Amino acid sequence: MAEIPADPLRIIDRFGPHLSAMTGMRLSTSIEPDRLVKTHCCFCGQQCGIQLKVRDNEVIGFEPWEEFPFNRGMLCPKGVKRYLQGSHPDRLTTALRRDTSSASGFSSLPYAEAINRVAAEIGRIQQMHGAGAIGVLGGASLTTEKTYLLGKFARVCLKTPFIDYNGRLCMVSAGAANKKAFGIDRTTNPWSDMVGTDVIWIAGSNVAECSPITTNYIWQAREQGAKIIMQDPRITPAARTCDLYLPVKPGRDAAVFAGVLQIMIERDWLDHTFIDAHTIGFEQVAEYCKEWTLPRTAEVTGVPQRALMQAAEWWGVAKTSFLFHARGIEHHSNGVQNSLGTINLVLASGRIGKPKCGYGTIVGQANGQGGREHGQKCDQLPGWRDISNPEHRRYIAGVWGIDEQELPGPGVDAYELFRKIDRGEIKGLLSICFNPKVSLPDNAFITRCLEKLEFYAAIDFFLNDTAWHADVVLPGSLHEEDEGTVTQVEGRIIKINKAVDCPGEAREDWRIVQDIAHALGRPHGFTFSEPREIFEELRRASKGGVADYSGVTYEKITQQMGIFWPCYSEDPRTGAALDDHPGTPRLFERDSYNPVAKGAGPFYFPDGRARFNVADYRQPVDDASEEYPVYLTTGRVVSQFLSGTQTRRIGPLVKQYAEPRIEMHPRLAAKFGIADGDWTTAETRRGTITLKAQVVTTIRPDTIFIPYHWAGRKSANQLTVAAQDPISKIPQYKVCGCRVRKADAPPDYAAVLEPQQ
Amino acid sequence: MAKPDYLHFFIDPNRCIGCQACLQACSECDTHRGESMIHLEYVNRSESVQTVPVVCMHCEQPTCAEVCPADAIKRTGDGVVQSARKPRCIACGNCVVACPFGVPELYEDRKIMMKCDMCYDRTSVGKKPMCATVCPSQALFFGTREQIEQLRPLSTPINTFQFGRQTITTQVHVLVPRKLTNATPYVDVTAAMDESPRSRAVSLKVVSAPDRAPVESDPYAEVEV
Repeated sequence: MAEIPADPLRIIDRFGPHLSAMTGMRLSTSIEPDRLVKTHCCFCGQQCGIQLKVRDNEVIGFEPWEEFPFNRGMLCPKGVKRYLQGSHPDRLTTALRRDTSSASGFSSLPYAEAINRVAAEIGRIQQMHGAGAIGVLGGASLTTEKTYLLGKFARVCLKTPFIDYNGRLCMVSAGAANKKAFGIDRTTNPWSDMVGTDVIWIAGSNVAECSPITTNYIWQAREQGAKIIMQDPRITPAARTCDLYLPVKPGRDAAVFAGVLQIMIERDWLDHTFIDAHTIGFEQVAEYCKEWTLPRTAEVTGVPQRALMQAAEWWGVAKTSFLFHARGIEHHSNGVQNSLGTINLVLASGRIGKPKCGYGTIVGQANGQGGREHGQKCDQLPGWRDISNPEHRRYIAGVWGIDEQELPGPGVDAYELFRKIDRGEIKGLLSICFNPKVSLPDNAFITRCLEKLEFYAAIDFFLNDTAWHADVVLPGSLHEEDEGTVTQVEGRIIKINKAVDCPGEAREDWRIVQDIAHALGRPHGFTFSEPREIFEELRRASKGGVADYSGVTYEKITQQMGIFWPCYSEDPRTGAALDDHPGTPRLFERDSYNPVAKGAGPFYFPDGRARFNVADYRQPVDDASEEYPVYLTTGRVVSQFLSGTQTRRIGPLVKQYAEPRIEMHPRLAAKFGIADGDWTTAETRRGTITLKAQVVTTIRPDTIFIPYHWAGRKSANQLTVAAQDPISKIPQYKVCGCRVRKADAPPDYAAVLEPQQ
Repeated sequence: MAKPDYLHFFIDPNRCIGCQACLQACSECDTHRGESMIHLEYVNRSESVQTVPVVCMHCEQPTCAEVCPADAIKRTGDGVVQSARKPRCIACGNCVVACPFGVPELYEDRKIMMKCDMCYDRTSVGKKPMCATVCPSQALFFGTREQIEQLRPLSTPINTFQFGRQTITTQVHVLVPRKLTNATPYVDVTAAMDESPRSRAVSLKVVSAPDRAPVESDPYAEVEV
């Protein structure tokens, strides 16, 4: 609507982030829980199994769930303290409306009135400016049921093409590369396949901090003979004892993969039988790689020749292997090419589709996998269907009971959606599970866009930093207040179970979405009475798509402790009904049958063959230059998650790592007379930030690192560049040109804000 | 009940990723909620991400108990050295100074020493200690000797330590690499960036493949849970 309704300090006073602590029943050593609820962590894509202790409709603690096969009771600090997000002083228990006469900028509003107000404003804007004047933003921490419903709501109820989600900042480079190379977008093997491999290559993933549970699989693989290769500008905790560390310069990953493939070609470390029988496009890739001689690759990437040679030799001669990548190579304007570069290495080795031979991307969010499959992505319909494909449109229109003509076409990515707001084309916004004011790059631009909206409604359980701009805030549900499914990093669909009821006037998110549809007078298709009903419709909607969930039931998930999709309700060969399909833990096995290849081969293309793609290196946008000579890269710390809406409110996690710091090498620090702990200013073409320095030898001397979980003047995304990959539209968070200096004085915020604020 | 004598605690600092899940979980333990009885130390963060989880080693002849003037520290029959007993502890801090592993901590506000008691409330009823259950890298491991031999072929568990003229045998085992290899992991990134490393590179004792046949499949397939 406009600028934020009150002084930020007053909003923070009322809505936080304040810290939760272990008090009352959560501190007592004598109170027994009424029951233990088996569910999963609410944070990252590992989706560790956990048991929540519940008493009197409050989650009072946790107990490890050692039977769940993925994590066997293991948890990271976020998982251990996740329960402290409940019963929180900042929790929204009523709807809010923007109110500049209130000190905090907001006042409470009865729920029904809030819903009516949202519907009235959406109706007004759509009547004046057309259906497409409303945008919807979703998120990949939502259950698959909610993401499905949100996609349907945008297309069927709002009739707007403009829906996208925060997976745009997360999974899309890997997803696009997987689709181009394999025709399907999923990690190929269960994690247990890692143990027993000869070599594991981890490119751009701070496994120890971002997916801690994976560490044990990697260490266990090493115990049994695997060599570990880590590619990262920093010696992360898991890189400390790896067998080969590749200190890549930010933004040069595609060149590493091309250079290594060139060595493999020169030495003939290739699986010709596999390449000939199961792939196409190798010749073009080989032709491209010719220019990546060893000296040139070393020159461009900052990785010495000896290390590149060692990596090529280990990867080239291995009999079994696993390759992972994550945001480190994906968060680039060249993110899809970087990802394709890794796939080329895998395909050239022929080590895929077999036990102990895997490839995967480590998803960041709880439902990073499931949340990208069923239609909250701007170009997609449920089951990984394509919204531009007439046959796909007809099928989904049939499931939804609408005319195919009524179904909008493709929309735009989340950042472009903000550019549309900037240009006045989108005037109203509904968001859930997305905090773009913290999480999108160059976020001063995002703030300006939020100020231009005619109407903004946010659904959240806390007043996130973006929702400060909202006209109406609807109180949604915490993870433990609803049930549903998510699909974790391995492609395993798991069940989230409800532990407690929503407090006050807060509602399950799917109810809120349906209530808006009803208030708009468009209830058709939004009359579900529980998540199970949504899931049953999703099963039908996904049937026949690449991400086929039709054979999955809640009961089967619980019984099998997760089901790997695709899981069919009809035999894809014969069409005969199947009620016991166990799912597909490992993709691309040589004799496997899939509905796209129809027996022609193991990959999901009509000819059954995987695609080599020329994965060309391009220099990053806004690269380091004479004017901005240092590389800025961003990422996570282990005790915080995404934009911090939850984790910056959990006392023990904030205590572990309270405030962002600028990590830099002593050589760089010495140039500017900066000592550990000094206030230091980093500046890019977008803005400046002043934080304390952390001077460590574990980062390249030409690079600084800032974690991105904080808001306002502590937000790393004040600095990052809004350059995007041309295919996936992922922003280039992992590199931009920057300069550094010792700060003249502490920043203003230091005197008035607590660390987490 | 007692801690079953076939179950042991093992620490492998080589695996530690410094995530602090152990501390956070320790503070969830039912007997001392809100307070962690263990700690995690950076060896030297300016030069390395190396961290070391510090749990009580549960010495056979605990120095902390020997120096306690109030006889407040007791060792159970199954070898667990307990926190100081409330009525006896005079908060003198002798144990804090004397412990060769740096384990006990004095809580000045409550005038008592408290430390890790190997989750006696859990281990005595057949559960694993909280820290070893959650540890995502399994740098902290609780199980049988057979399990550790099967799962950690690269390391040997040791439980005898020499401090000057004092020899200490502990209930808790530390895993040490069986042999050195030529691998030279780096402490400073610049060492990895050079064609011929000049900077200080520290060998971290990553060891070569073991003689024994590797264990196939799921690392926990044989572990009772």
